[in-house]
Amino acid sequence: MNLWPWILAACVLAYATKLAGYFVPRSLLKNPRTMHIAGTMTIGLLASLTVVNAFASGQSLALDARIGALAAAAIALWLRAPFLVVVIAGAAAAAGLRLLGWG
Amino acid sequence: MPPKLLDSPAVKVGLSISVATGLYGVSFGALSAASGFDFWQTMALSLLLFSGGSQFAFIGVVAGGGSGVAAMTASALLGLRNGIYGMQMNALLLPKGKLKYLQAQLSIDETTATASGQSDPGEQRRGFWTAGIGIYVLWNLFTAVGALAGNALGDPKQWGLDGAAVAAFLALLWPRLKGREPWAIAVACAVATLVAVPFVPPGVPILVAAAVAGVFGWLSHARSDEGLEPDIDPYPHRRGDSRGDTGEGAE
Repeated sequence: MNLWPWILAACVLAYATKLAGYFVPRSLLKNPRTMHIAGTMTIGLLASLTVVNAFASGQSLALDARIGALAAAAIALWLRAPFLVVVIAGAAAAAGLRLLGWG
Repeated sequence: MPPKLLDSPAVKVGLSISVATGLYGVSFGALSAASGFDFWQTMALSLLLFSGGSQFAFIGVVAGGGSGVAAMTASALLGLRNGIYGMQMNALLLPKGKLKYLQAQLSIDETTATASGQSDPGEQRRGFWTAGIGIYVLWNLFTAVGALAGNALGDPKQWGLDGAAVAAFLALLWPRLKGREPWAIAVACAVATLVAVPFVPPGVPILVAAAVAGVFGWLSHARSDEGLEPDIDPYPHRRGDSRGDTGEGAE
Protein backbone atom coordinates (compact mmCIF):
# COMPACT_ATOMS: atom_id res chain seq x y z
CA MET A 1 0.00 0.00 0.00
CA ASN A 2 1.39 3.40 -0.99
CA LEU A 3 0.98 5.54 2.09
CA TRP A 4 2.31 8.79 0.63
CA PRO A 5 -1.10 10.23 -0.42
CA TRP A 6 -2.53 9.59 3.04
CA ILE A 7 0.54 10.99 4.77
CA LEU A 8 0.34 14.20 2.74
CA ALA A 9 -3.43 14.43 3.20
CA ALA A 10 -2.96 14.07 6.97
CA CYS A 11 -0.33 16.83 6.89
CA VAL A 12 -2.64 19.16 4.94
CA LEU A 13 -5.53 18.46 7.33
CA ALA A 14 -3.31 19.05 10.36
CA TYR A 15 -2.13 22.42 9.07
CA ALA A 16 -5.63 23.42 7.95
CA THR A 17 -6.95 22.65 11.44
CA LYS A 18 -4.27 24.77 13.10
CA LEU A 19 -4.79 27.62 10.64
CA ALA A 20 -8.58 27.44 11.03
CA GLY A 21 -8.13 28.67 14.59
CA TYR A 22 -6.75 31.91 13.15
CA PHE A 23 -9.57 32.49 10.70
CA VAL A 24 -12.88 30.94 11.74
CA PRO A 25 -15.32 33.23 13.54
CA ARG A 26 -14.33 33.46 17.18
CA SER A 27 -17.88 32.58 18.23
CA LEU A 28 -17.63 29.07 16.81
CA LEU A 29 -14.47 28.06 18.61
CA LYS A 30 -15.34 30.05 21.69
CA ASN A 31 -18.43 27.91 22.05
CA PRO A 32 -17.76 25.82 25.19
CA ARG A 33 -19.25 22.78 23.50
CA THR A 34 -16.75 22.91 20.61
CA MET A 35 -13.85 23.20 23.04
CA HIS A 36 -15.28 20.43 25.16
CA ILE A 37 -15.63 18.03 22.22
CA ALA A 38 -12.05 18.72 21.08
CA GLY A 39 -10.94 17.79 24.61
CA THR A 40 -13.04 14.65 25.06
CA MET A 41 -12.05 13.51 21.56
CA THR A 42 -8.37 13.80 22.48
CA ILE A 43 -8.86 11.72 25.63
CA GLY A 44 -11.01 9.13 23.86
CA LEU A 45 -8.64 8.68 20.93
CA LEU A 46 -5.56 8.34 23.10
CA ALA A 47 -7.32 5.78 25.34
CA SER A 48 -8.38 3.88 22.25
CA LEU A 49 -4.90 3.96 20.70
CA THR A 50 -3.44 2.71 23.99
CA VAL A 51 -5.66 -0.39 24.16
CA VAL A 52 -5.46 -1.10 20.42
CA ASN A 53 -1.68 -1.17 20.61
CA ALA A 54 -1.75 -3.21 23.82
CA PHE A 55 -4.38 -5.83 23.00
CA ALA A 56 -5.28 -5.92 19.31
CA SER A 57 -3.63 -8.31 16.93
CA GLY A 58 -5.27 -7.72 13.57
CA GLN A 59 -8.96 -8.39 14.18
CA SER A 60 -8.50 -10.43 17.32
CA LEU A 61 -7.56 -9.63 20.89
CA ALA A 62 -4.38 -11.06 22.40
CA LEU A 63 -2.69 -11.11 25.80
CA ASP A 64 1.04 -11.01 25.16
CA ALA A 65 4.22 -9.21 26.22
CA ARG A 66 2.60 -5.86 25.41
CA ILE A 67 0.49 -6.07 28.58
CA GLY A 68 3.77 -6.02 30.51
CA ALA A 69 4.64 -2.82 28.64
CA LEU A 70 1.29 -1.30 29.63
CA ALA A 71 1.86 -2.16 33.31
CA ALA A 72 5.47 -0.92 33.30
CA ALA A 73 4.44 2.35 31.65
CA ALA A 74 1.63 2.88 34.17
CA ILE A 75 4.05 2.35 37.06
CA ALA A 76 6.61 4.71 35.53
CA LEU A 77 3.93 7.39 34.99
CA TRP A 78 2.65 6.94 38.53
CA LEU A 79 6.23 7.57 39.70
CA ARG A 80 6.21 10.74 37.55
CA ALA A 81 8.93 9.55 35.22
CA PRO A 82 9.56 11.71 32.13
CA PHE A 83 8.08 10.70 28.78
CA LEU A 84 11.21 9.10 27.39
CA VAL A 85 11.76 7.00 30.52
CA VAL A 86 8.15 5.78 30.30
CA VAL A 87 8.66 4.71 26.68
CA ILE A 88 11.92 2.92 27.50
CA ALA A 89 10.25 1.17 30.47
CA GLY A 90 7.52 -0.06 28.12
CA ALA A 91 10.00 -1.33 25.56
CA ALA A 92 12.18 -2.99 28.21
CA ALA A 93 9.19 -4.78 29.78
CA ALA A 94 8.00 -6.15 26.43
CA ALA A 95 11.52 -7.16 25.35
CA GLY A 96 12.24 -8.71 28.76
CA LEU A 97 9.06 -10.79 28.77
CA ARG A 98 9.86 -12.06 25.26
CA LEU A 99 13.37 -12.94 26.38
CA LEU A 100 11.75 -15.04 29.12
CA GLY A 101 9.74 -16.76 26.41
CA TRP A 102 6.32 -15.14 26.90
CA GLY A 103 4.36 -13.43 24.16
CA MET B 1 21.89 34.33 22.27
CA PRO B 2 22.31 37.64 24.15
CA PRO B 3 22.30 37.21 27.93
CA LYS B 4 19.30 39.52 28.20
CA LEU B 5 17.12 37.03 26.36
CA LEU B 6 18.17 34.26 28.72
CA ASP B 7 16.96 36.38 31.63
CA SER B 8 13.42 35.96 30.36
CA PRO B 9 11.53 33.33 32.38
CA ALA B 10 9.45 32.44 29.32
CA VAL B 11 12.57 31.80 27.23
CA LYS B 12 13.96 29.50 29.93
CA VAL B 13 10.71 27.56 30.12
CA GLY B 14 10.56 27.46 26.33
CA LEU B 15 14.07 26.05 26.08
CA SER B 16 13.54 23.35 28.69
CA ILE B 17 10.24 22.27 27.13
CA SER B 18 12.02 22.17 23.77
CA VAL B 19 14.64 19.76 25.03
CA ALA B 20 12.14 17.54 26.86
CA THR B 21 9.74 17.37 23.92
CA GLY B 22 12.42 17.23 21.24
CA LEU B 23 14.05 14.21 22.85
CA TYR B 24 11.00 12.06 22.55
CA GLY B 25 11.12 12.59 18.84
CA VAL B 26 13.55 9.67 19.05
CA SER B 27 10.75 7.35 20.08
CA PHE B 28 8.55 8.61 17.25
CA GLY B 29 11.29 8.11 14.66
CA ALA B 30 12.14 4.62 15.89
CA LEU B 31 8.50 3.51 16.10
CA SER B 32 7.74 4.91 12.68
CA ALA B 33 10.64 2.97 11.16
CA ALA B 34 9.51 -0.16 13.01
CA SER B 35 5.99 0.33 11.64
CA GLY B 36 7.31 0.17 8.09
CA PHE B 37 7.58 3.86 7.21
CA ASP B 38 10.65 4.84 5.23
CA PHE B 39 12.95 7.66 6.31
CA TRP B 40 11.31 10.43 4.28
CA GLN B 41 7.78 9.36 5.17
CA THR B 42 8.77 9.58 8.82
CA MET B 43 10.37 12.97 8.28
CA ALA B 44 7.35 14.26 6.33
CA LEU B 45 5.15 13.52 9.35
CA SER B 46 7.47 15.42 11.72
CA LEU B 47 8.22 18.32 9.36
CA LEU B 48 4.76 18.88 7.90
CA LEU B 49 2.22 17.35 10.27
CA PHE B 50 4.15 18.43 13.39
CA SER B 51 1.79 17.35 16.16
CA GLY B 52 3.10 14.49 18.29
CA GLY B 53 -0.20 12.81 19.18
CA SER B 54 -1.45 12.84 15.58
CA GLN B 55 1.87 11.50 14.29
CA PHE B 56 1.85 8.61 16.77
CA ALA B 57 -1.80 7.98 15.85
CA PHE B 58 -1.00 7.78 12.13
CA ILE B 59 1.80 5.26 12.52
CA GLY B 60 -0.08 3.41 15.29
CA VAL B 61 -3.08 2.74 13.04
CA VAL B 62 -0.86 1.55 10.18
CA ALA B 63 1.22 -0.64 12.52
CA GLY B 64 -2.03 -2.29 13.66
CA GLY B 65 -2.92 -3.16 10.06
CA GLY B 66 -5.25 -0.22 9.48
CA SER B 67 -5.71 1.48 6.12
CA GLY B 68 -4.25 4.82 5.06
CA VAL B 69 -7.65 6.47 5.21
CA ALA B 70 -8.23 5.22 8.78
CA ALA B 71 -4.77 6.47 9.78
CA MET B 72 -5.45 9.88 8.24
CA THR B 73 -8.86 10.15 9.92
CA ALA B 74 -7.55 9.20 13.38
CA SER B 75 -4.70 11.66 12.99
CA ALA B 76 -6.99 14.48 11.86
CA LEU B 77 -9.49 13.91 14.69
CA LEU B 78 -6.70 13.87 17.26
CA GLY B 79 -5.47 17.17 15.81
CA LEU B 80 -8.81 18.97 16.26
CA ARG B 81 -7.61 20.45 19.52
CA ASN B 82 -4.89 22.32 17.61
CA GLY B 83 -7.68 24.43 16.09
CA ILE B 84 -8.59 25.52 19.61
CA TYR B 85 -4.94 26.30 20.32
CA GLY B 86 -4.78 28.33 17.12
CA MET B 87 -7.75 30.37 18.25
CA GLN B 88 -6.21 30.92 21.70
CA MET B 89 -2.82 31.89 20.29
CA ASN B 90 -4.41 34.24 17.76
CA ALA B 91 -6.27 36.01 20.56
CA LEU B 92 -3.25 36.05 22.87
CA LEU B 93 -0.37 36.97 20.55
CA LEU B 94 -2.25 38.98 17.89
CA PRO B 95 0.07 38.00 15.02
CA LYS B 96 0.21 40.48 12.16
CA GLY B 97 0.04 39.71 8.42
CA LYS B 98 1.81 36.63 7.16
CA LEU B 99 3.27 35.76 10.55
CA LYS B 100 0.10 33.89 11.45
CA TYR B 101 0.80 31.30 8.72
CA LEU B 102 4.06 30.40 10.45
CA GLN B 103 2.57 30.71 13.93
CA ALA B 104 -0.23 28.33 12.94
CA GLN B 105 2.18 25.48 12.21
CA LEU B 106 3.67 25.88 15.70
CA SER B 107 0.29 26.01 17.49
CA ILE B 108 0.45 22.75 19.45
CA ASP B 109 0.03 21.53 23.05
CA GLU B 110 3.39 22.67 24.38
CA THR B 111 3.68 26.11 22.75
CA THR B 112 0.14 27.00 23.81
CA ALA B 113 0.84 25.89 27.36
CA THR B 114 4.14 27.81 27.49
CA ALA B 115 2.60 31.03 26.20
CA SER B 116 -0.61 30.80 28.27
CA GLY B 117 1.44 30.31 31.45
CA GLN B 118 2.86 33.84 31.17
CA SER B 119 0.94 37.00 31.96
CA ASP B 120 3.05 39.69 30.26
CA PRO B 121 2.32 39.96 26.48
CA GLY B 122 6.04 40.19 25.62
CA GLU B 123 6.81 37.13 27.69
CA GLN B 124 3.90 35.25 26.13
CA ARG B 125 5.32 35.98 22.70
CA ARG B 126 8.88 35.02 23.68
CA GLY B 127 7.61 31.83 25.33
CA PHE B 128 5.62 30.81 22.26
CA TRP B 129 8.40 31.39 19.75
CA THR B 130 11.18 29.91 21.90
CA ALA B 131 9.15 26.75 22.53
CA GLY B 132 7.85 26.65 18.96
CA ILE B 133 11.17 27.02 17.14
CA GLY B 134 13.06 24.95 19.74
CA ILE B 135 10.61 22.06 19.60
CA TYR B 136 10.38 22.19 15.81
CA VAL B 137 14.14 21.97 15.34
CA LEU B 138 14.81 19.34 18.03
CA TRP B 139 11.70 17.25 17.30
CA ASN B 140 12.78 16.90 13.66
CA LEU B 141 16.42 16.31 14.51
CA PHE B 142 15.59 13.56 16.98
CA THR B 143 12.97 12.07 14.67
CA ALA B 144 15.76 11.62 12.12
CA VAL B 145 18.02 10.03 14.75
CA GLY B 146 15.23 7.67 15.79
CA ALA B 147 14.32 6.76 12.21
CA LEU B 148 17.92 5.88 11.38
CA ALA B 149 18.42 3.95 14.63
CA GLY B 150 15.08 2.16 14.18
CA ASN B 151 16.09 0.97 10.72
CA ALA B 152 19.36 -0.39 12.09
CA LEU B 153 17.71 -2.33 14.92
CA GLY B 154 16.25 -5.16 12.88
CA ASP B 155 13.27 -7.03 14.38
CA PRO B 156 11.29 -4.36 16.26
CA LYS B 157 9.55 -6.89 18.50
CA GLN B 158 12.82 -8.19 19.86
CA TRP B 159 13.52 -4.70 21.17
CA GLY B 160 10.00 -4.31 22.55
CA LEU B 161 9.20 -1.44 20.20
CA ASP B 162 5.54 -2.51 20.09
CA GLY B 163 5.60 -2.14 23.88
CA ALA B 164 7.18 1.28 23.46
CA ALA B 165 4.16 2.35 21.36
CA VAL B 166 1.77 1.23 24.11
CA ALA B 167 3.80 3.19 26.66
CA ALA B 168 3.91 6.28 24.42
CA PHE B 169 0.12 6.41 24.01
CA LEU B 170 -0.43 5.89 27.74
CA ALA B 171 2.07 8.67 28.46
CA LEU B 172 0.23 11.01 26.09
CA LEU B 173 -3.09 10.14 27.74
CA TRP B 174 -1.90 10.31 31.36
CA PRO B 175 -1.62 14.09 31.93
CA ARG B 176 -5.16 14.50 30.59
CA LEU B 177 -6.73 12.17 33.17
CA LYS B 178 -7.48 14.80 35.78
CA GLY B 179 -10.82 14.20 37.44
CA ARG B 180 -13.68 11.77 37.13
CA GLU B 181 -15.02 12.65 33.69
CA PRO B 182 -11.74 12.20 31.79
CA TRP B 183 -11.39 8.78 33.41
CA ALA B 184 -14.95 7.85 32.49
CA ILE B 185 -14.35 8.90 28.87
CA ALA B 186 -11.06 7.00 28.70
CA VAL B 187 -12.60 3.81 30.12
CA ALA B 188 -15.70 4.03 27.91
CA CYS B 189 -13.59 4.57 24.78
CA ALA B 190 -11.16 1.78 25.71
CA VAL B 191 -14.06 -0.65 26.21
CA ALA B 192 -15.77 0.47 22.98
CA THR B 193 -12.51 -0.10 21.14
CA LEU B 194 -11.98 -3.61 22.49
CA VAL B 195 -15.58 -4.58 21.74
CA ALA B 196 -15.25 -3.28 18.17
CA VAL B 197 -11.92 -4.95 17.32
CA PRO B 198 -13.28 -8.36 16.24
CA PHE B 199 -16.11 -6.90 14.15
CA VAL B 200 -14.59 -4.12 12.03
CA PRO B 201 -11.36 -3.73 10.01
CA PRO B 202 -8.19 -2.61 11.85
CA GLY B 203 -8.09 1.14 12.45
CA VAL B 204 -11.87 1.50 12.56
CA PRO B 205 -12.19 0.69 16.32
CA ILE B 206 -10.28 3.92 16.97
CA LEU B 207 -12.88 5.85 14.99
CA VAL B 208 -15.66 4.12 16.96
CA ALA B 209 -13.99 5.40 20.11
CA ALA B 210 -13.79 8.90 18.60
CA ALA B 211 -17.54 8.79 18.01
CA VAL B 212 -18.15 7.73 21.62
CA ALA B 213 -15.91 10.56 22.85
CA GLY B 214 -17.71 13.04 20.59
CA VAL B 215 -21.11 12.05 22.00
CA PHE B 216 -19.69 12.32 25.51
CA GLY B 217 -18.44 15.83 24.75
CA TRP B 218 -21.73 16.88 23.20
CA LEU B 219 -23.84 15.70 26.13
CA SER B 220 -21.74 16.62 29.14
CA HIS B 221 -21.11 20.01 30.67
CA ALA B 222 -17.89 19.61 32.59
CA ARG B 223 -15.01 22.09 32.42
CA SER B 224 -14.46 23.02 28.84
CA ASP B 225 -10.70 22.63 28.61
CA GLU B 226 -10.30 19.08 29.86
CA GLY B 227 -8.20 16.97 27.55
CA LEU B 228 -6.39 20.07 26.39
CA GLU B 229 -3.30 19.57 28.50
CA PRO B 230 0.26 19.47 27.11
CA ASP B 231 2.10 16.15 26.96
CA ILE B 232 4.86 17.70 28.99
CA ASP B 233 3.78 20.40 31.42
CA PRO B 234 6.01 23.46 31.05
CA TYR B 235 4.96 24.65 34.50
CA PRO B 236 4.95 21.47 36.62
CA HIS B 237 5.19 23.45 39.88
CA ARG B 238 1.99 25.27 39.15
CA ARG B 239 -0.01 22.12 38.53
CA GLY B 240 -3.66 22.85 38.01
CA ASP B 241 -3.47 26.51 37.14
CA SER B 242 -0.98 26.57 34.33
CA ARG B 243 -3.62 26.74 31.67
CA GLY B 244 -6.79 28.43 30.69
CA ASP B 245 -5.71 31.89 31.84
CA THR B 246 -5.85 33.32 28.36
CA GLY B 247 -9.19 34.88 29.18
CA GLU B 248 -10.68 32.58 26.55
CA GLY B 249 -12.83 29.56 26.91
CA ALA B 250 -13.22 29.55 30.69
CA GLU B 251 -16.82 28.88 31.51
